[in-house]
Amino acid sequence: MSSSSSSGALAADQHARAFHLASEDEHHPENGTMLGFWIYLMSDCLIFAALFATYAVLGTSYAGGPSQAELFKLPTVALNTSMLLLSSITYGFAMLAMAKGNRGATLIWLGITGLFGAAFVGLELQEFGELIRDGAGPQRSAFLSSFFALVGTHGLHVSVGIVWLITLMVQVGRKGLIQANRRRLMCLSLFWHFLDVIWIGVFSFVYLIGVLR
Amino acid sequence: MSTASHAGPHPHGAAPDGHDVHDNEEPHGSLRDYVTGFVLSVILTAIPFWLVMAHVFKNPTVTAFSVMALAGVQIVVHMIYFLHMTPKAEGGWNMLALIFTLVLVTIALSGSMWVMYHLNNNMMPTSPMTEGTMPPGTTNMPGGTMTEGDKVGGNTMGPGDMGGMKMAPPASARDPRTMP
Repeated sequence: MSSSSSSGALAADQHARAFHLASEDEHHPENGTMLGFWIYLMSDCLIFAALFATYAVLGTSYAGGPSQAELFKLPTVALNTSMLLLSSITYGFAMLAMAKGNRGATLIWLGITGLFGAAFVGLELQEFGELIRDGAGPQRSAFLSSFFALVGTHGLHVSVGIVWLITLMVQVGRKGLIQANRRRLMCLSLFWHFLDVIWIGVFSFVYLIGVLR
Repeated sequence: MSTASHAGPHPHGAAPDGHDVHDNEEPHGSLRDYVTGFVLSVILTAIPFWLVMAHVFKNPTVTAFSVMALAGVQIVVHMIYFLHMTPKAEGGWNMLALIFTLVLVTIALSGSMWVMYHLNNNMMPTSPMTEGTMPPGTTNMPGGTMTEGDKVGGNTMGPGDMGGMKMAPPASARDPRTMP
């Protein structure tokens, strides 16, 4: 901030100012990152909206195959949901530990978050495996195609989130809670909680209401 | 609020060392925020599962609307307590992007369901690919569409209109039953 005497830094300053009208007192590069990442999440939200719409349209096209009520096991879904919820609160604890500058606690909470996430993905893969073994794979009916597309895309996001989490654990372990790592952890925090929000839609709209039909 | 609870049950030396921590303090929320959000989420998750698994309401429509309403509330809870959305975050641009996205999501979801529902209602299936989804008793025999349309009567967009469309005769001419 103090080195903004050169013309290059001044130009960058002006550039940053262009989209920071209301918070000029604290404009830092990471603010731009957080806004950009938020906009990425919104675009991801549109992908999920398209998949939800596809499922809403095709969810009753069974082609003579099994329906939601015959396939879904709600206790498993409840367990899955609790895994993701727990991973959300443990990531929150990791962020609180990061705010205190406690590297060890941050790493421990991140590790626990990763384990809950892995449990979620494991349970989901097990469910998919059972469905496919029972002849209810994505090729069986339009309902199952749209189901696997929607839930599979969410699971893929969680898997990528776990890879990202491990990467950040390595970086925090090697370089500590430096500014760049804090920014990355905050981006992953948004991503992780966003996936939890999507899962609320999945378990409500796909599983619970599906079983009602 | 966040500074108050930071200073409260968990005193820590982060505030005085200034620059780095000050940058990140706002979006974190506090322990109380996270715990409140978590407890609310658990409650808002448990209720819909209980409603469906214990068959609390006789009418499934009531259950479905309750589940969707609770999901909406839980999404708001997550937005506030976990994603730390406030109208002032990032100078309001976060909220603006969120509102814009919500408008698009609403259009995409309600529009798709509305259009496809009417499409399903107004078009009779013509190929074996879609036969499995056909309600029992409805066939696509020539002239059958007209009687179906007569039964529907008041529905101005009913299948009777479809019978008058230019597409209808070629569609039945391309009936797979006549194909080798």
